[in-house]
Amino acid sequence: MPSPTVSLQTATAIPPALKRPAGSRWSWSFLIDIAVFLFVMAAIYGVYSVGHTWLGPVPARVEISQSPRALPLYALYSLVRLGLAYVFSLAFALAYGYAAARSKAAEVVLVPLLDILQSIPVLSFLPGVMLAMVALFPNSQLGIELGSIVLIFTGQVWNIAFSFYSSLKSIPRELREAAIIYRFGRWQRFVELDLPYSTIGLVWNSMMSVAGGWFFLMACEMFVLGKRDFRLPGLGSYLQTAASNGDTRAILWGLAAMVAVIVILDQLIWRPVIVWADKFKFEQVETAKSTSHNLLDFLGRASFVIRIFRVVVRPVLDWITVNLAAGAARAAATFSAPKRKSTRRWSLIALAAVILAGIGFAVYHAIGELSDLRRADYFSLLRSAGFTLLRVNGALLIGAIWTVPVGVAIGFNPRLSRIAQPLVQLAASIPATALFPIILLFLIRLPAGFEIAAMLLMLLGTQWYILFNVIAGAMAIPTDLKEAANIFHFSSRDRWRRLILPGIFPYLVTGMVTASGGAWNASIVAEYFHFQGGIISTTGLGSAISSASDAGRFDLLLASTIIMATIVVLINRLLWRRLYRLASTRFKLET
Amino acid sequence: MSTPSTAEAPIIEARKLEKFYAQPDGSRIQVIAATDLAVYPGQIIALLGPSGCGKSTLLRMLTGLSPASAGSVYWHGEPVGDGSPNVSIVFQSFALFPWLTVLENVEAPLEARGMASIDRHKRALRIIDAVGLDGFESAYPKELSGGMKQRVGVARALVVEPEVLFMDEPFSALDVLTAETLRGELLELWLEHKIPTRAIFIVTHNIEEAVVLADRVVVLGRNPAHIHADFIVDMPHPRDRKSSSFIELVDTIYRVLTRPDHEHDSAPPKSAVPGKPLQAKTIMLPHTRPGGVAGLLEILMDQGGKADLHKLADELSLEVDALLPTIDTAVLLGMLRLAEGGASITPEGEAFAKADIQGRKAIFRKAALANVPLLCQMQNALKAKSNRTLSDEFFRDLLDEHFSEDETRRQLETAIQWGRYAELFDYDAATGKLTLTEA
Repeated sequence: MPSPTVSLQTATAIPPALKRPAGSRWSWSFLIDIAVFLFVMAAIYGVYSVGHTWLGPVPARVEISQSPRALPLYALYSLVRLGLAYVFSLAFALAYGYAAARSKAAEVVLVPLLDILQSIPVLSFLPGVMLAMVALFPNSQLGIELGSIVLIFTGQVWNIAFSFYSSLKSIPRELREAAIIYRFGRWQRFVELDLPYSTIGLVWNSMMSVAGGWFFLMACEMFVLGKRDFRLPGLGSYLQTAASNGDTRAILWGLAAMVAVIVILDQLIWRPVIVWADKFKFEQVETAKSTSHNLLDFLGRASFVIRIFRVVVRPVLDWITVNLAAGAARAAATFSAPKRKSTRRWSLIALAAVILAGIGFAVYHAIGELSDLRRADYFSLLRSAGFTLLRVNGALLIGAIWTVPVGVAIGFNPRLSRIAQPLVQLAASIPATALFPIILLFLIRLPAGFEIAAMLLMLLGTQWYILFNVIAGAMAIPTDLKEAANIFHFSSRDRWRRLILPGIFPYLVTGMVTASGGAWNASIVAEYFHFQGGIISTTGLGSAISSASDAGRFDLLLASTIIMATIVVLINRLLWRRLYRLASTRFKLET
Repeated sequence: MSTPSTAEAPIIEARKLEKFYAQPDGSRIQVIAATDLAVYPGQIIALLGPSGCGKSTLLRMLTGLSPASAGSVYWHGEPVGDGSPNVSIVFQSFALFPWLTVLENVEAPLEARGMASIDRHKRALRIIDAVGLDGFESAYPKELSGGMKQRVGVARALVVEPEVLFMDEPFSALDVLTAETLRGELLELWLEHKIPTRAIFIVTHNIEEAVVLADRVVVLGRNPAHIHADFIVDMPHPRDRKSSSFIELVDTIYRVLTRPDHEHDSAPPKSAVPGKPLQAKTIMLPHTRPGGVAGLLEILMDQGGKADLHKLADELSLEVDALLPTIDTAVLLGMLRLAEGGASITPEGEAFAKADIQGRKAIFRKAALANVPLLCQMQNALKAKSNRTLSDEFFRDLLDEHFSEDETRRQLETAIQWGRYAELFDYDAATGKLTLTEA
């Protein structure tokens, strides 16, 4: 029998279970240790520098430098903001998803609420969040920083929460039962079942969320609220300032910096994380294709990392599990405790009452605000909504028209796919808002140039979702169906009608749902833009929201936000959900 | 060995244990009828029955996983709610955590009990060794074959030294040879007292598996589940499958399983609601397709119209589970007669087997209308409508007074399958509309 100590070493799991090569590579791993150490030092300095600015007093007016030399520091500031917002998002999403999945009472409220919150555009949160944060920290930059972070957070959190919730709901029954019968405490269940099972969904949604964060970065780092002008040094404000000044050179520099940061993030964080997440795939058989990643191998080889993991992380996790478990075992001495249940019910009722009171208060005040608006205001808002509806669906239509043939071509042809996939991914990773000023430079001279540019921005922001899904759908069409189409000499019209379109339908719908929500949100940026010293805008709901926020008109902002959220929820319920159901019943490819 | 020592007090005792789902209208859907069952120390009990009859639900109620609707489960005389019984379950799907290694999977239950790391390792490694997984401690489940995975499942179950080991169709996801090996290994652990477990409770639909392993075989009947028969297997291990007593017992159990027990078939008493067309006795349709019946009858014809069910299943290498519903269907349609473990084909069945496709449909239609009240009612309801069309929702609403939600769906699916085959009506899945086929 092997001794326990031996197995301790072989049982190293997270991160990459790569065993260190034999002694000959000692010097190599020493160098890696040094590299990791330097990286940690650099990170500590970064934290210090960020903290210094944050806690500093509010300067009378922040000047956003347009020098390329400011870009590395600005990139760092933006990254910290995005990173913190993401960490908050993840924590909140885990709590929210957990509550919704575990408590029936909470589920009834939380899931529909999620649906609505998801459809509220980011910028609608802006005035409330900003004023609250500045009021909390009137004497330091912290308030504005936090406000900006909370704004980014509101754009990132909902889909992560939803992903976690639906993962928890889909944990196979026997796994859940195993956790109960083997008396897993809440903590152990969370760490060994809930979290691992949800990891893959969390990773993909995190990537989408962070991409969304880049998209709204410009809006979140620099904005006007009534008479107050908020600016935070960062990549987004750099680009926004450059656009306002019409400084082409600065726009290009900023765009290049942003793309560089995104590509580096992708290579250093997302790729390794995806490879690592592969381990959490819930499958019974190992797939032939094994994934590996250089950085992951690299880190797995750093003895420093392994040692920290073994000496610190594992024992701490173990300690928590064992301690909570012993407590849970004592608590679970009674298999079901009816008394506790009733106290819990009362506390839940109390909580619900408090929340309801809060909602009532908010609704009362909101109605007060809304009653100031005249009928003409509502009429014009509805008219704007109509324009935006046309624009959004136009963008979706154009998106579908070009992505379907291209996606199918890529999906059907492995060689083309190998070349096109990375290119498409790179293109998709560039936030459309950062490209927007450049597009405007060209289009602004044309008649209706801004109109075209607005739709183009929506398109740029959303077409990738459709394209990726169509590619996946085309790849999923079984070869024997394609062969059957060949054998029966389907004309290309029949091939599309009988094979390809039905085959990709579920994927197309999935892509369009995401794209539709994204396009509505993008309308806020697309229809109203600070450019070359002025504001260009076009009639639309997004423009109404942006201008109301600029002017500090809360009543208008509230009304337009409610209208937009209502439209998005209605479209989801009436159109997308039905198509989705159709896709998952009639057009599901089953073997 | 182990003649049931009923003199000893039972470890688990279920008294008047029931499972039902209350319906909004006050009626209930009975899943398990009031059942008494006791597990005595020193026994392997096999719970045998066709799939979907409630075996797994019963197992889950005995372990405390699923609450009973009425009645209670006692562990050493204490209600299950008041203590936490030391049990383990080996699951059909293995239910291993794919992100944990073999060792971590086996250690997880010990971790949950707050055992320190070193002790955990020792105990887990010992049990891993005992089930023959030596050398696989750091492997992930997906690297293992099905048999190895279930060995991990067994090791994880045994590591907490459960007083009763529950197994929910543990070998049915494995191939025949692997399953046989694992059964042998389980028996070895048990007979040689290598594990402190005092009783094993195994749910299965494989009669031979039950007879090979168990000291006692409890046969469940269905709709609702109830104990149909209780056999003591008094044969020494290792049991010889070719021995006459073995074959005889398997045959007997087969006979019991296929014997319709009408006293339980009647649906839960319901006041007939006036104006509703479904008032006749509701028969639960076996979930089969007409094609299977034809195949079965053809084989019977080849064998001279008569066959022993046990041999038939053996020849087709089908388990009870696969064969029983088809037999039930043939019997229901009056094409097959069962007598003492043997089946003989009726004249209708013979005609059906010999007919061509159109002929078969005609015979099936006649037999279905004569024997399946549901299809009759569906036809009548469709005839009563001027446009000869009804939504499937209509029939679903009628059925769900008698069956659970899942069962209603399956019943309707089966009825639609049969009705389509019999060309009684047509069904459009997209709109959910049934349309009468005009003669």
